[in-house]
Amino acid sequence: MNEPDTMNASNRLSAAFAKPNPALVCFLTAGDGDTGANLDALVDGGADVIELGMPFTDPMADGPAIQAANIRSLGKGTTTADVLSIASGFRQRHPDVPLVLMGYANPMVRRGPEWFASAAMNAGVDGVICVDIPPEEDDALGPSLRDAGIAPIRLATPTTDDRRLPAVVEGSEGFLYYVAVAGITGMQQAAIESIEANVARIKQATDIPVAVGFGVRTPEQAGEIARVADGVVVGSALVELVAEHGADAPAHLRELTSKLAGAVRSAR
Amino acid sequence: MTEHANSFRNQPDERGHFGDYGGRYVAETLMPLILDLEREYRKAQADSSFKSQFDDLLEHYVGRPSPLYFAERLTEALGGAQVWFKRDELNHTGAHKINNCIGQILLAMRMGKTRIIAETGAGQHGVATATVCARFGLPCVIYMGATDVARQQPNVFRMKLLGAEVVPVTSGAATLKDAMNEGLRDWVANVHDTFYIIGTAAGPHPYPEMVRDFQSVIGKEARAQMLSRIDRLPDLLVAAIGGGSNALGLFHPFLDDPDVKMLGVEAAGYGLDGDQHAASLLGGFPGVLHGNKTYLLQDDDGQITEGHSISAGLDYPGIGPEHAWLKDMERVEYTAITDDEALDAFQLLCRTEGIIPALEPSHAIAAVAKRAKTMPKDSVILANLCGRGDKDIFTVAEKLGVEI
Repeated sequence: MNEPDTMNASNRLSAAFAKPNPALVCFLTAGDGDTGANLDALVDGGADVIELGMPFTDPMADGPAIQAANIRSLGKGTTTADVLSIASGFRQRHPDVPLVLMGYANPMVRRGPEWFASAAMNAGVDGVICVDIPPEEDDALGPSLRDAGIAPIRLATPTTDDRRLPAVVEGSEGFLYYVAVAGITGMQQAAIESIEANVARIKQATDIPVAVGFGVRTPEQAGEIARVADGVVVGSALVELVAEHGADAPAHLRELTSKLAGAVRSAR
Repeated sequence: MTEHANSFRNQPDERGHFGDYGGRYVAETLMPLILDLEREYRKAQADSSFKSQFDDLLEHYVGRPSPLYFAERLTEALGGAQVWFKRDELNHTGAHKINNCIGQILLAMRMGKTRIIAETGAGQHGVATATVCARFGLPCVIYMGATDVARQQPNVFRMKLLGAEVVPVTSGAATLKDAMNEGLRDWVANVHDTFYIIGTAAGPHPYPEMVRDFQSVIGKEARAQMLSRIDRLPDLLVAAIGGGSNALGLFHPFLDDPDVKMLGVEAAGYGLDGDQHAASLLGGFPGVLHGNKTYLLQDDDGQITEGHSISAGLDYPGIGPEHAWLKDMERVEYTAITDDEALDAFQLLCRTEGIIPALEPSHAIAAVAKRAKTMPKDSVILANLCGRGDKDIFTVAEKLGVEI
């Protein structure tokens, strides 16, 4: 790699979660608006981890806001090469901020999992969240990511019962993403009691940090979750700002991110 | 029939893989549910009361067994092999789709689910699902692409008459794959009480296996009927393929009969040389969509492309994973038929046999017409007439330049 790599992949993610405060994880869809400028605004506002969505024609786990962002991005002709170039540009500008790609299996395995893992590593990506590769199909991507030193980040959900939980946490690295609601992104929020109980249950099964997402829109909600989790993920609310403000989005993203970061950091 | 190690009939493996295809590529929220579904399906398979309930409904509600029919005038017109049809268009609701819906709703009730959802393209699976929901008194939500809602109004009205709620889906190209995305979104949000009746032999394990098993009644009947009528098996089986459930239903019971050749017919739309077709096997590449690994219409970046076919029921960018495996194993041959060829075959069957076929089996009939001419007169082709054409008369009229 030629980028100024002050830390390797696993170091960047573990450093973000080793801070005394919970981590704020911010999501945007790649290729929707000026993604480079928008990501910089998230970092300026205080995001600890960046989650970069790879656009896909069939985003089955996403609600209307992120679906629309996928359509806008693909409508402008965003390719996998563009997504990787956004990632490597980000890595050049922010050597220490962890960057995670999130998306669906097909664009990730299209040229073979080794190709994708190696391209992501060269772009400075630290982790990959693949919505539709559960532990049962780990072979499709997991081994290639691990070989490349990229953390495969698994998802656990309210339906992940105790029987499955060990298999889910076992192959997960970097952090575990707890999906707070059985549903799609950007819709209703789960009751904090349910989140607290499930995070506690997951933390009994693993030592890796647990970040909570799906349905987290406001600083108040983020602060509440930060009291019981290691990280909070916000996506749709940020994606909506990109849709609404276009070229002026960075200022709005910075403002919301800084409120979210304030709420997360003062939570405990 | 013996199930030896080299059998083509013992797929999938315990992980739901057909060779390299199939599997369970779903969001974690759905994993516990499809594992439950698999356990419940295994129990049902071992439960003779499930089988007798299924058989009873197929006989008295669906109208099975469907006839095996020798198409004498079509055979004469083609001047080659004898052409026989398995008449699944005579089923209640007019297509093979109902066989699978009966099986799945019985499973849904065993699992204590109280709400049914489904996706539909042309509306045939939606109508079949709405039908079984009315029969068993369960609420039913059908997701249908807004484009398909507009071009399939009679089926939309049928579903509503049967008490289903039809939700037009406006995302993407607003056709079948988008309806399936929306069905999956509903399902993840309602896993506690909802059963998703998938309409074809695709999706996450155990759906491809389960749908194939329910549809295999077609091939089991046809095999016994052939033996009893002419005391021999056919030389060639032919069936149209969208997702591939009617073809697998016909083929699967014959897979270990080495002298029976099989031909699956995809939709070539305007032709395989452009991108306006729906031939996932002949014009696509392996990938992951809607819970399984299979051949998909997609670009170099893995973005799913929109297929085209005159038949809304074949207009899907994927295919059941067992077909992907059977293609790679070269057990089944696959070909494709254009819109125009299907339209000619549609009219040919109307005029020679007095049967108005759906546009889906019209693709199979077109392939039969080509093959029959090249085969000796004592050879036998058996094709699946998987749906009737009443739903398609508006599309056909428009193509023929007739105003009705």
